[in-house]
Amino acid sequence: MMEYIYYPGCSLKATSKAYFESINTISAPLGVNFKELEDWNCCGASLYMGINEMNSFALCARNLALAEKEGKDMAIPCSGCYTMFRKTNQYLKDYPEIKEKIYKVLEEVGLSYNGNVKVRHLAEIIINDVGLEKISSLVKRRLEGLNVACYYGCLMVRPKGGVEDTENPKSLDRLVTALGANPVFFPAKVRCCGGTLVGLGEDIGLRMVRNLLICAKDNKADLMVVTCPLCHMNIDVYQPRVKKKFNLGFTMPILYFTQLMGIALGLDKNSLGFKSLIVPAEPVVSKYL
Amino acid sequence: MAGLDVLMERGVALDFIKEISTIPGGEEIVQCIQCGTCSGCCPASFMMDYTPRHLVAMIRAGLREEVLSSQAIWLCTSCYTCTYRCPMGIKITDIMYALKRIALRSGKYPRGLKVEKLSKEFVNMINRYGRNHEAELVFRFAMKNPFKSIKDIPLGWSLFSHGKLPLMPEKIKDVNKIKTMIQKAEEVGGL
Ligand code: SF4
Ligand code: SF4
Repeated sequence: MMEYIYYPGCSLKATSKAYFESINTISAPLGVNFKELEDWNCCGASLYMGINEMNSFALCARNLALAEKEGKDMAIPCSGCYTMFRKTNQYLKDYPEIKEKIYKVLEEVGLSYNGNVKVRHLAEIIINDVGLEKISSLVKRRLEGLNVACYYGCLMVRPKGGVEDTENPKSLDRLVTALGANPVFFPAKVRCCGGTLVGLGEDIGLRMVRNLLICAKDNKADLMVVTCPLCHMNIDVYQPRVKKKFNLGFTMPILYFTQLMGIALGLDKNSLGFKSLIVPAEPVVSKYL
Repeated sequence: MAGLDVLMERGVALDFIKEISTIPGGEEIVQCIQCGTCSGCCPASFMMDYTPRHLVAMIRAGLREEVLSSQAIWLCTSCYTCTYRCPMGIKITDIMYALKRIALRSGKYPRGLKVEKLSKEFVNMINRYGRNHEAELVFRFAMKNPFKSIKDIPLGWSLFSHGKLPLMPEKIKDVNKIKTMIQKAEEVGGL
């Protein structure tokens, strides 16, 4: 059993139940134990960085300090949190003045951090540590004939420094292939979903979501898989609005990659979070369930 | 920072570029060759009043007011495409973050945007609970009137009925430590 320190992040406890549940469901069959970091706090997300940089680093540093005590790699399912932690680690290393300040902040609450936590995206852990060979040997229902658009979004691949190729990542495509499905050509795979723009100026955000949906549809995708709760929020939850606003003549189910894995591994469909999707996935995936 | 001398020769106000240069790696901004790569790949530039390349030029020209009151800085989604692709290694995303912070502090953001309220609510939530839900917060701000009953809003109801909107955010055990940390971080400061 491989063990990781798991930082679910705030979204997984609220809007992205589907992600949380499906991760729980697939981890045991994959031989992975994601042990939740005790008393973790919010990473500050992109919003706090735009309000106060030092506070934002401090919020991340507390989690890193707690995780360091556990002595294991940190598994992060949300691409936003993933980037915040990677960035904090990097800046503590690159800029001594930030390190000095943050160490003072941690000291104030009886913590210390030596910069040793390896911050990893949960998707990357599943793909590289569990490995595609093992995953395909566990597949019970090959997803033959299913066309999948693999959406990586921004923060799993940028800024540079993750394990993925930044301009044309292929790991999710390979994962989907290992499940028996067909990853379609999807040139928008690393194009931004709009992040939190819908909150500030709805039109702009919805337009960015529309572009992704059209690109996937034009390339004959039956569904799209994502690796981030904010991407999911934008493309799934706001999809009915996008559809109405731009007169789209189609809908496209948006699944977390972990849900798709759950189907292929033949796991209980009731524990894969399908009920909390806004765009229902059943019409497309029911033949594999 | 050789670039600054050139600007000084031309009589440009240097305060602003110096301010931006204090962020980690910020001094690289003088290396900009105005190639336009950032604007070309920015997913939001089509809606911006000034594109990222234009903003960089404006910062270097000392146009503080114009930059801080632009819509563009709030349309930056922090996607890091520009930062990754900039041939001169300029951390444009970090500069955008810094501009947001300066604009908030000096009250210079465009009136139509709900940035101040959104930021305040967010910070309050973290200070109170140690946790937040960004997507949920943004969702509430996307609604015309956040105080309306959730049942009046079709999307709100659909989220709620799908179990996506918990009534209370989770709270961490050590929430006082978060407050202590934030106080200290504010004291040691930085831009
Ligand atoms: S990509 Fe870099 S060098 Fe080119 S215009 Fe933008 S900031 Fe300047
Ligand atoms: S980080 Fe901001 S400015 Fe840079 S490309 Fe993305 S949205 Fe545009």
